[in-house]
Amino acid sequence: MNARKIVITSGKGGVGKTTTTDNLGATLANRGHRVILIDADIGLRNLDLVLGLEKRIVFDLVEVAEGRCQLRQALIKDKRFESLSILPAAQTREKDAITPEQFASIVERAAEQADYVLIDSPAGIETGFRNAVAGATEAIVVTTPEVSSIRDADRVVGKIAGAGKPIRLIVNRLRPEMVRSGDMLSVDDVCDVLSIELLGVVPDDEEVIDTTNRGEPIVLSDTNRLRTIYDKIARRLEGELVPFTSFDGQSFIGRIIDALKAG
Amino acid sequence: MIEFLRRLFGHNGSSATAKERLRLVLMTDHLELAPEMIETMKRELVDVISRHVEVDRERIEVNFERQDSTLALLANIPIVSVNRPNGKADATAAPPPQTAPPKSEPVAKAAESDGEAKPPRKRRRRKKSPAKTAAAPAVS
Amino acid sequence: MQQVESIQAEPAASAATAKLGRAIVITSGKGGVGKTTTTANLGTALARRGARVVMIDADIGLRNLDIVLGLESRVKHHLLDVLEDRVTIDDALVGDKHSENLFLLAAAQSREKDDVETPKMQALVASLRERFDYVLIDCPAGIELGFKNAVAGAQEAIVVCTPEVSAVRDVDRVVGLLGNRFRPQLVINRLRPHLVKKGKMLSVEDVNAILRLPLLGVLADEPEIIVTTNRGEPLALRTENATGAAYHAIAARLAGDDVPPPMPPVPKPTLLERIGSLVGRKRS
Repeated sequence: MNARKIVITSGKGGVGKTTTTDNLGATLANRGHRVILIDADIGLRNLDLVLGLEKRIVFDLVEVAEGRCQLRQALIKDKRFESLSILPAAQTREKDAITPEQFASIVERAAEQADYVLIDSPAGIETGFRNAVAGATEAIVVTTPEVSSIRDADRVVGKIAGAGKPIRLIVNRLRPEMVRSGDMLSVDDVCDVLSIELLGVVPDDEEVIDTTNRGEPIVLSDTNRLRTIYDKIARRLEGELVPFTSFDGQSFIGRIIDALKAG
Repeated sequence: MIEFLRRLFGHNGSSATAKERLRLVLMTDHLELAPEMIETMKRELVDVISRHVEVDRERIEVNFERQDSTLALLANIPIVSVNRPNGKADATAAPPPQTAPPKSEPVAKAAESDGEAKPPRKRRRRKKSPAKTAAAPAVS
Repeated sequence: MQQVESIQAEPAASAATAKLGRAIVITSGKGGVGKTTTTANLGTALARRGARVVMIDADIGLRNLDIVLGLESRVKHHLLDVLEDRVTIDDALVGDKHSENLFLLAAAQSREKDDVETPKMQALVASLRERFDYVLIDCPAGIELGFKNAVAGAQEAIVVCTPEVSAVRDVDRVVGLLGNRFRPQLVINRLRPHLVKKGKMLSVEDVNAILRLPLLGVLADEPEIIVTTNRGEPLALRTENATGAAYHAIAARLAGDDVPPPMPPVPKPTLLERIGSLVGRKRS
């Protein structure tokens, strides 16, 4: 049976598409699935970098499209996982170096050898985005709880909707303490506005910066709570009904403040 | 120290403002993205009104306007003639719009938008005939 | 970048007229690093110094400069309306709520970036330079047509970068694409000094060792930015805020004032460190 082909997109840049792609991919691989990640951001590739695989690139997406190599030659197997490979983007080409049809065909070929194909979309709604979406049968839209991100996510949902592809939402970089103080939109607020099925909520975590520097998905960390969060997302994607982690509980700092006020 | 903490955690919520602004901006975005829907809406609106009064289709204006915390649809639909309550056409019905004044009374209101005075905006008003009987169709 | 390189020098006629304004594109490659926030705040800071400033949102289809400035309900016409001659520039310009001499030319929301014709964009920027001291062009993310059009009319560039590997890599690519026509200046955004101290984030020196660009400013990560966007009130309106003040320093440097070079913000003592010292004091 062919893989599920899921594009991860957002409209707004910098909200966590690439981080979501690599962590979700890693989690699915750890759960026993065969996963292929495709970086559709030609010219500004980063999926290789966040996985620490940048030195192993031999061939890229455009070369596969141009028939200069086989797909399997371009795929880089991530040795930390049983079955996780990435197809890197080209760095010195433009996004029009590949047509949506060519991209879709490559995704199809990848789907023959995997259970999940995750496509990391570039920011924006131009050619690169259109290519990325062309290959997919499902979409995950990533947004942060900020006005600009949500507005752009809405635009992107508008562009994808109507093609019959299921669209689900990940709210990334939530800061529960700011939501509590009324300075950040809540997950409910975001869902009210966007009205698409919620797939996951990922809190902001500074450790992601450090692990990205080192080319490691955060889910490889035993101690970071994001590992559980991404696991839940993966399970929901598999079809399981998993309750959402509540971030309304008082934070460690909140408890200290109360203690200080009382003392 | 407590002051520092208060300042850190004691903002008055901007998220409510954000949500409201977002709601309105998305409405505007959606409208901008659906010119065909707006055209269809205009046509259907005029069709409905025309069932009850005769309108000048050439001079219809339909616009969206931001009013405080809502978006409003404003329609200016010049009415050319109104059927008599018994259903027969008004004998004084004017043919070309230039030669007869529209029967609706414009409600002149200087709509202000950010301090700039705009030309008075006419509102659509249903003209009530004094001999209106219960048989007259109610325009909702 | 064929088109960019073929731009002629300013028309001779302008030499006789008043000094032309500076057209500066604010770009980055990577999205979400703070281009729009920088454009809004820099524009505000420059206007507060008395300059006449126009900000162009070149992110057709994904406009956000209007919402960051709190002007979303005042936008009646947009960039494409002007470029396609449906309205005049004056009809389309929206005056800022908070600052005099600050204007916005919003992007179109329902159009595509392909709809912008590069020569028309160049002509628009050229004509705005005649009326404004600064024409700030908020560039979309990426390096596609939107980017090329945003860059087309500009003479100067500010590149915004966060101290993260992906962002640095993208800026490096963008600087390459900008070519010899520009000598881009760098703004480092969202620095977290406490992470830099622990070696978990690239430092200003690290970033600049790779990019080697003149440093225009360094801004610390500031959660208050989220609040200011929620409200549509740029942080540069509040000079008592460190980041607000930093934007003013950037404006001053841009204007050529004799201002000290940007200093990376020092890490504030963490909450726990302060608690620790408080507990320590109580004990002794």
